[in-house]
Amino acid sequence: MAGLDSLFLARLQFAFTVGFHIVFPAFSIGLAAFLAVLEGLWLKTGRQVYLDLFRYWLHTFSIVFGMGVVSGLVMSYEFGTNWARFSQKVGPILGPLLGYEVMTAFFLEAGFLGIMLFGMNRVGPKLHFFATCVVSLGTLISMSWILASNSWMQTPQGYTMEAGTGRFIPHDWWAIIFNPSFPFRLVHMALAAFLSVALLVGGVGAWHLLRARRAGQQPTEAVRIMFSMAMWMAAIVAPIQILAGDTQGLNTLKYQPAKIAAMEGDWESESYAPELLFGIPDMQNEVTRYRIAIPYAGSLILTHSLSGKVPGMKDFPRDQRAPSYVVFFSFRIMVLLGMLMAALGFYSVWLRWRGRLWSDVLLQRAALIMAPAGFIALLCGWVTTEVGRQPFTVYGLLRTADSVSPVPGGAVAGTLVSFVIVYFIVFASGISILLRGFMKEPHVNEAAPDRHQPQRAAAMAAPISDTIPPSRPNREGE
Amino acid sequence: MDPTGATYWLPIVWAVLAAMAIFIYVVLDGFDLGLGILFLAEPDRTHRNLMVQTVAPVWDGNETWMIFGGAALYGVFPNAYATILPALYLPVLVMLFALIIRGVAFEFRSRMHTERNRDLWDTGFFVGSLIAAIMQGVILGTLVGGIRVENNAFVGGSLDWLAPFPLFCGVAVACGYTLLGATWLVWRTESDLQTTMRKWAGILSVLMLLMIGVVSLWTPALHATYMQHWTDWPRILFVAPVPVAVVALAITMFRALRGRTSRRIPFLCALGWFFLSFTGLGINIWPYIVPPGMTIWDASAPPTSQAFLLVGALVLLPLILTYTAYAYHVFRGPVSVHGETYH
Repeated sequence: MAGLDSLFLARLQFAFTVGFHIVFPAFSIGLAAFLAVLEGLWLKTGRQVYLDLFRYWLHTFSIVFGMGVVSGLVMSYEFGTNWARFSQKVGPILGPLLGYEVMTAFFLEAGFLGIMLFGMNRVGPKLHFFATCVVSLGTLISMSWILASNSWMQTPQGYTMEAGTGRFIPHDWWAIIFNPSFPFRLVHMALAAFLSVALLVGGVGAWHLLRARRAGQQPTEAVRIMFSMAMWMAAIVAPIQILAGDTQGLNTLKYQPAKIAAMEGDWESESYAPELLFGIPDMQNEVTRYRIAIPYAGSLILTHSLSGKVPGMKDFPRDQRAPSYVVFFSFRIMVLLGMLMAALGFYSVWLRWRGRLWSDVLLQRAALIMAPAGFIALLCGWVTTEVGRQPFTVYGLLRTADSVSPVPGGAVAGTLVSFVIVYFIVFASGISILLRGFMKEPHVNEAAPDRHQPQRAAAMAAPISDTIPPSRPNREGE
Repeated sequence: MDPTGATYWLPIVWAVLAAMAIFIYVVLDGFDLGLGILFLAEPDRTHRNLMVQTVAPVWDGNETWMIFGGAALYGVFPNAYATILPALYLPVLVMLFALIIRGVAFEFRSRMHTERNRDLWDTGFFVGSLIAAIMQGVILGTLVGGIRVENNAFVGGSLDWLAPFPLFCGVAVACGYTLLGATWLVWRTESDLQTTMRKWAGILSVLMLLMIGVVSLWTPALHATYMQHWTDWPRILFVAPVPVAVVALAITMFRALRGRTSRRIPFLCALGWFFLSFTGLGINIWPYIVPPGMTIWDASAPPTSQAFLLVGALVLLPLILTYTAYAYHVFRGPVSVHGETYH
């Protein structure tokens, strides 16, 4: 049983660390794009408010990016420490993809991040904008590689299996990277990142709108623009995301039917299948209890036809079924949140048309409550796809139990506890700093950058620090 | 093995590239870890802020070399990756925790509202830097000391690293990083702070020379093969000039530290010591990647993997070095407060 315990602990540790990690890259992807748009608008229109907003969100970006780097560093070594046998067998395929991610994305981001955060007065606005765009591009490239790797684990191809060692030997890199689920997963994740950040920005905007109303003041232009941009994103991207999720579902049905069966809590393969709104899957007795079902909807959603045949978990041997009691719920929470986001977006469009976008309290409250919804949905989506792949690490080919390192359970338990403690301290501090930042209004009319002005300590050490009074970003310049 | 085939040459090319990447990491993250350790020697908050300013725009890039090392090992030498990391499970994870704490301390320390919390994160920055440096030395020492491998899998105990040689290497590396940090600050700061750092660079140089001496004598005693490496023809051709070069650098270092005019030379001398130690080490363990049993060929991924990543590396690494150099160039010159602080 010692082996089983250390397997479970290793899985728990991986889930914990990757779950914490993924939030920050997703945040960076969305936020970097938002920052590039803001800076671009500032350069194009020359309006101060865009620069104010850019600086405001740059505060957040430096924290979020830093936390992404340190939590990502853990991931690049955790494959070896906890999943040595997986690394040995799959390293020849996934290692080079990860290597390309570092070379084409991480270095690019890190190389230009310094200029983006600290370099406005050193390089001038145009080159600075270029740096912002490069950082944003880097986040997108990084996402592409990591999703190619993950998708390969879901829908592997382009390899041959080495006799004797069980190693995966790459023979067609194009097929490996552009594996069947990659394009769908990439689009779904990119939209998720944009949507998550849009909802967060909308939530922060809503908070300031509500506060201004309570104080009997007019909201500032920066707050209104921030809120308006976020609501446009919700209105446009959320419906597209639902479509993207639907196509991803069709793709999963085709390549990973066992995962679909677990997500749906269906036991028998059938046509005219219902869609369960609720139920409690019981893996032992092969039944889903307390079902609330919509007739025919299951077939309709998954096959786009009432008579379409939907897989059931009994199609697969017991030892190849994913734990339905996890993915059934994670999937439904994700979908529910997606629907709510679209509803928020539609409501905002209607109010905009009626001219009440910035005055409707219900919208603001809803936007505030929905601020973390994107990130929660994103995590639920990852839980669905990763737990749904179980009991395999490489779908159908390499079992999770055959992937783990020969490390004693005690060592894994000890480091797991340490991870929980360290992450709690670090991320709790980080989140409290972020929240404190969100509660401040964007500074109005910060001094425009001046490249001829000497770069000095205060501006350099803390251009984005809370310790500088709002109207005096470059005190020595006065 | 066919010495003309790809299965022979690709691992050699990658071993050289990987060694280069590790050296770049050691140098770049070495000085910013060392800078963190020097927080202990510099309690003044204004000075600490200046120290952090010298690396704030570039530290993410420095740490990226470590991620690259992990990824390259994973893709190119997966058997080594899957052996070294379980063997060094605890030191690696402790190092990662330390790097997390110090990494976020960069961002957090200036944003805390109370004096107490600021001091707390400053302490985190120092402790994290120190532990990360020590653990890197321990990892290196354990690797050089040898890891027990059977059938391409680690078979030793989880506390094998807790031995005199690895622990000594931990102290030596921490000392070396601190020297890199001190000389970096001699280069990038002015007035009081620079004077203090010159003093520290002198003390640390003496320590570093001692450590180089001890490790050089201790290493050949670890394995008979290491001893041969130091005496066999033609390796002796590479080895013999090393002590001479170390002494030459020492003379240059101490003159520069006393001279007060040259700002960059101490840092370059420290780099020189690292380069010599690092190459000496490489000559020692070659062609093993996990001494004493696993060669670079044993550890290799199939040629298709190595070739695929090599194409990218040959194009991208020069590009990466170019824009990294540009980033350093943008933030060149000494940092100073000009009588201005941001309280």
